[in-house]
Order: sequence, then structure tokens, then C-alpha cells
Amino acid sequence: MEIPRHWRIRKQRYGLVGEVCPHCEAKLFPPRDVCPECGKDAREPYHFSGRGEVFSFTTIYEPPAGFEEYAPYTVALVKLEEGPIVTAQLTDVNSKDIKIGMPVEMVTRKIRTDGDERGMIVYGYKFRPVLQEA
Amino acid sequence: MNQTESQPKDLLLKPNRAVGIVGYGAYVPQYRLPAAEVARIWTDGQAALPIKEKSVPGLDEDVATMSIEAARNAMKRARIPADQLRAIWVGSESHPYAVKPTSTIVAEAIGAAPHIQAGDWEFACKAGTEAMVAAIAFVGSGMANFAMAIGMDTAQGRPGDALEYTAGAGGAAFVFGPAETSLAIVEHTYSFVTDTPDFFRRQYQKYPEHAQRFTGDPAYFKHITNAAQTLLEASGTRPSDYRYAVFHQPNLKFPQKVAAQLGFTKEQIAPGLLVGNIGNTYAGAAIIGLTAILDIAEPGDRILVVSFGSGAGSDAFSILTTDAIRERRDLAPKTKDYIARRMPIDYAQYVRQRGKLTIK
Ligand SMILES: [Zn+2]
Repeated sequence: MEIPRHWRIRKQRYGLVGEVCPHCEAKLFPPRDVCPECGKDAREPYHFSGRGEVFSFTTIYEPPAGFEEYAPYTVALVKLEEGPIVTAQLTDVNSKDIKIGMPVEMVTRKIRTDGDERGMIVYGYKFRPVLQEA
Repeated sequence: MNQTESQPKDLLLKPNRAVGIVGYGAYVPQYRLPAAEVARIWTDGQAALPIKEKSVPGLDEDVATMSIEAARNAMKRARIPADQLRAIWVGSESHPYAVKPTSTIVAEAIGAAPHIQAGDWEFACKAGTEAMVAAIAFVGSGMANFAMAIGMDTAQGRPGDALEYTAGAGGAAFVFGPAETSLAIVEHTYSFVTDTPDFFRRQYQKYPEHAQRFTGDPAYFKHITNAAQTLLEASGTRPSDYRYAVFHQPNLKFPQKVAAQLGFTKEQIAPGLLVGNIGNTYAGAAIIGLTAILDIAEPGDRILVVSFGSGAGSDAFSILTTDAIRERRDLAPKTKDYIARRMPIDYAQYVRQRGKLTIK
């Protein structure tokens, strides 16, 4: 039963909420309460802009259990404009169009269903190519 | 004889405190299924096409995720902290859960929880405007300073059914607040409702039932016409007093016909008539048209919005833009940006994305 875990981390996962260090202003994601830059306490919530770029990526054709219905999909290391690198799925993009350095933005999407169709729907951040002006 | 029958002017709904739209945001998924693809599969390509193409949600999208993006866009334009919202109401007929509100997911995702009203609204295609009227009243009564209403759907049609050509995905979110902070003032609203079984879906059924010929005159046209005419008469306005008008759009024909019958021109309805390119977005249909209009409106433009929901009823709104429209609309993506973001898919991909394919 994973419902309690999904529930506890919903804020950071729905909206990319991390922390900012009050001592050196480093931005932390995921939140870990201790600043990796200066080693001091960092518990101030910080809303990341959601903008970043693809740092590295790999396309998954043989997905782990629970993700079968989404395959193939691409997982990327995304370097946020505030500094941290996060691992997340890319969405709304063909794998052949993905490039290192591609600007992306955070969206909240379905990550998977907990168990079968009776299970809880797990939502969280993914990244997509930045929406273009028409 | 009924002694208490209301005079038309008493029928208008108008809050005590003036209320307006403070922020608005649209969302349309990027996938498009051309109507010609549906015709290719089911009619050898012989069917007359009611629209060009419809929007289809991705595998990882549903009414919750789509509402979150529209809500974020609305908040960018509203420029208020999320904890100032005192309600988030989501109108839809495709909520992801049968029991568990979509609105709490949206509230949490945009940082508006926990000091907030949240609830899901249902009234076929007018669930969104029903939530809007309630949000206007919530602000208008003074109980809240800001309230958000959303209309969003990922509509489904039975494979091969007439609705499969048009049942699209998308919608819009609106933040209502005090008129003096708004980009458009809500002058008044009017709602017209009767018990009409033109379209329905029973519990546990995947696809809706509809009475083909019954959906036109006694349902769509009767309710929209009554709502629009009563609002015009009661407010002493004529179609020429409105710069733009937008009607519920299940296909291209109905809204164009009802607009002409009411005395509105093609030019008045063109900017809000999106169904040809994104399909019928149900609870989102009339109000995403409104977002496209707000994207181009000038200060002082009056806009008529009339929704229609099967079952059946219509909500009509008279909206007047303010000077703030000019600076506020550029703070979030425009509706045309989402319409232009277009990835066509074939029927096979559509079948997969809409869960019509069983893999276990
Ligand atoms: Zn630090």
C-alpha cells in the first residue's frame, strides 16, 4: 500500500516545490532540509519556475512494472534554471526530436496508477518542450 | 394565473458587489484526430464531416492535469498569491475519479490548499458555467475575494458514433474577484433550465446515449435561444451592443445557426468559434471560446457567452472588458498557441490514447 507515501510528497511532486537555503540562497530539489552547498539548515519552501533544459536523456522501451501503458517514453536529467538537476519523464514529444540543451518546462501529468484500474492515480511533474507562441 | 411570475428584468442574476474576471487560462492537448480518420474507419470515408479535427488527450493527461495547466495560466494573469483563492470548482463530465474530487488535486497543485472550498460540478456541457455563476456569487456576496471556476473535459464518443467525430478535450479556468481588480466585468448572468433527456450517461457506463434528432430543436436551440433572448431583453441590449458572442459548440453548424437566428453576425462569433479545430470540449466548449475572445478583445468590448448542457440548460453571461485586459492577457499562453501546437494522430494511435485498447 503506497498511498501514504504518495500523499506525503504530493506538494513537491505536483508543483516542483523544493527548498531555498536562507544562508547561501542555494535552491534545493528534492527538499532535504540541509543545504548541500554550505551544510546549514535549509527548510524554507521554494517554488521552482519549472523552466530548464535537457541535460541528458534515455528512451525506455522495456518499462518497469506499472509504466507499461506509457512505453516508449523518455526519462531525462533536466537542469533547472535555478541550478538543481532533476530526473523526470519528458512528455508531448517524440523521442527522435529530443536534443541535449533543449528548453523544457514543467507540467503536472499522470505518472502511473497504483496497481490496477481500481488504484489511486499518481500525479507528478514531467517536462515538455516549451510551448511556442503561435 | 400566477401572480408572482417574474418580470424579465427581475430574472437577471447580479451580485451585490460588482465582480469581474481577474484571470483566465486555457488548455488544449496537442494531439489532433482528423474527422476524416473517423470517416475512413467507419464509413469508407463517405461521411460528411462536422469539423476538421478534434483534440485528443495524451496518455498521461486527464481532467485533473488539464485543469491544473489552465488554472496555472489563469493565476499568471490574475497575479494574486494562490492562497488568496477561497474556492476552486471544477465542472466536467469526465472527472478522473467516480468518487474523489478533481478540485482538491488542482488546489494542491497550484498551492491554493488548504484554506479553500473545493468541489466538482456536473451538468453535462454546462458544468463549467454553472461553477462560474457560483464563483461570481461567492465573490459577489463578499464571502470570498477570489474564487476559481474551471470547465474541462476529455469527452468520449462510442466508436463509430456521430459523437466520435467531435468529442474533444480541453477547457478553461477563470479567477473571479472584485470588479475593480478585473480585466472584464461580469455585468449579469441568466440561466434557463428544463428537464430534457436529450443526452445522458448512466452510472458505470463508458459512453453516453443521445437522441439524435432530439438533441437539436428541443434541447440545444430551445435553451440557448431562451437564455440569450431573456438576457438581451432583461438587460435592454441588442446583438449590436456586443462586440463578440460565443455559444456552446458541439459542431460547426449549431452555433452558427443559433447565432444567426438571434441576430449575431459571423464576425461577432468567429474569434470564439474553435470547434472546427479542437472539437467539442463539452464543459470547456463555450468558455474556451471566451478565452480566445479575451486574447484579442479591446477595453470596453461587450461579450455574450451562452453555454448549453444536456439535461438540459443554458447559462448566459454579459461581460465587459476593462483597460486591464491589454496588459494582463500577455502574462500567459494564448488559446491560439495551444491550438497551433498540433500533432496529428491516426485512428490506431487514437484508440490507444483513449483507452479503447486492452493490453492486460
Ligand atoms: Zn546554503
